[in-house]
Amino acid sequence: MEGNGTFFKLFLFGMEVNDALVENLAKLARLQFNEAEKEIIKHDLQRMIHFVDKLNELDTAGVEPLLHMSDNVNVLRDDKVKGSVSREEAVKNAPGTDGTFFKVPKVIRKNEA
Amino acid sequence: MFSQSRHEDLFTYQSITHYHADLLSGATTCVAAVQHYLKNIDQKRHLNAYLQVYDVEALQLAAKLDAQRAAGKPLGKLHGVVIALKDVICYKDHPVSAASKILGNFTSIYSATAVERLLAEEAIIIGNTNCDEFAMGSTNENSAHGSVLNAIDESRVPGGSSGGAAVAVQAALCMVSLGSDTGGSVRQPADFCGIVGLKPTYGRISRFGLIAYASSFDQIGIFANNVPDVARTLETIAGPDEFDSTVATEEVPAYSAAIDSKPTSLRIAYFKEALESPALDEEIRTNIFGLIDKLRADGHTVEAVDFEYLDYIVPTYYVLTTAEASSNLSRFDGVKYGYRTPDVEKKDLSLTDFYKTSRSDGFGWEVKRRIMLGTFVLSAGYYDAYFTKAQQVRQLLVEKTNMVFNQFDALILPTAPTTAFQLGEKMDDPIAMYLADIFTVFSNLTGIPGISIPLFWHSNGMPYGLQIMTNRFRELYLLQLSQQWMLQYRFAG
Repeated sequence: MEGNGTFFKLFLFGMEVNDALVENLAKLARLQFNEAEKEIIKHDLQRMIHFVDKLNELDTAGVEPLLHMSDNVNVLRDDKVKGSVSREEAVKNAPGTDGTFFKVPKVIRKNEA
Repeated sequence: MFSQSRHEDLFTYQSITHYHADLLSGATTCVAAVQHYLKNIDQKRHLNAYLQVYDVEALQLAAKLDAQRAAGKPLGKLHGVVIALKDVICYKDHPVSAASKILGNFTSIYSATAVERLLAEEAIIIGNTNCDEFAMGSTNENSAHGSVLNAIDESRVPGGSSGGAAVAVQAALCMVSLGSDTGGSVRQPADFCGIVGLKPTYGRISRFGLIAYASSFDQIGIFANNVPDVARTLETIAGPDEFDSTVATEEVPAYSAAIDSKPTSLRIAYFKEALESPALDEEIRTNIFGLIDKLRADGHTVEAVDFEYLDYIVPTYYVLTTAEASSNLSRFDGVKYGYRTPDVEKKDLSLTDFYKTSRSDGFGWEVKRRIMLGTFVLSAGYYDAYFTKAQQVRQLLVEKTNMVFNQFDALILPTAPTTAFQLGEKMDDPIAMYLADIFTVFSNLTGIPGISIPLFWHSNGMPYGLQIMTNRFRELYLLQLSQQWMLQYRFAG
């Protein structure tokens, strides 16, 4: 019964997007939404997922998924050091740098030990 | 097109070939050309097509080229050709932002391969142009730098995502421009603006230095006023590149030299469901059927082909491109480059919260929406049902394409279901916006080349195009056909 109910719901209305799903996706995507935004993204995701749920109508049993657009196989080059950027160029656009390294907030904290 | 100013701007532009003839005869100079475009750009600033204009260096390079020519140096293929870049294409020591706050202060530390090749053939890069943020959009309204206006009717959008690059050519603000096309972002704005827009075969042009949206879809595309200019630009920038292993080793033909050879009687297909779609504007439908009658009268075979996947191509496109985007855009973390949330120390943010805050403040809403959908289709429990499923549909579409081109030389479709929208018209409804790409995403899903050529004018006063597609790496044929049809069937309006 439970399974059928879920199937029926999925089939008719598509995935239900709830707070837990939005929060999990935001965590995975390293994004955050305030309460008001959360309602909007929930609504938007619901609509977008419903839209792409249309693919379920197609029978793709036995079809190999297409993984590569290019016919190239094993494009090799000589193992020579080249094409790298200098340290000055590499940190040029960094929002926080000491000129040698990128700076980030403290990763290991005393109070979390 | 523009009224003469008091400063004796006598420069007129027709094509690269004419321009080069005028340069060689002394009728004009590269400096005069650059001055002409700088004046136009200044007069049309309100269109918001350009984000940066490199006036001083463009004039310097123009003067240098004029001197070289005077000294008898042979002309590069794009000698003095004034070119604009979409704000997703890197040009060393120049800003590039993908029209996003997250790359607000970014300066390229290298040039895209396409740009290197333009410069090697003596092109003059005059500036970079506005677009939808990270090339996500069909109207150029999703830009951190504001909307771009369509120069034919300023209450309308130019299309997107390469809207600024399209308007730069449309409004005579440059000769040629480069855009990028992931689902129609060159062909659709070309259609809305009444110019030519080519998306080449996947793997024809290096993507090195093109800011990634969806790597298995993205291609650099070309906007111009005419097909020969597109051909000449394509042969300059196409071909293998050691920095992009997805570029085909397939030989690059001399497109521009062969452009005038006329294809004889052809077998042409159109998708029945597309031309019969209720979403298609009645007048566009009538005129394309009218063109089909003319093609038949001129000895071509034109046949309807069943395309049972029409309703599935945009959903497939959104599953796959958002998945690729969610992965590609993970590089924007506020560490190596780009926007970083202020007061990190003061707020005592953990590393994860630092990432989240920087990314959430830096990306616009449409980008976040697509990252979220992409994360969903790739997440545990949904991967097979959405991502693998869409890859299977993509396989079916490629098989369908192979079948079509086994029997036909070319496939024609409308470029877009309507002419250019009013500004703001599609902003509230993501699905309506996504469906605007219904006729263009097919070629990105299957990797085939597509072009929009401005054959028609609508009774609402707007231009629109015909989209032509051929099999992979048949650009020569596609361009010959386009050139021929532009001469033969372009409606004067």
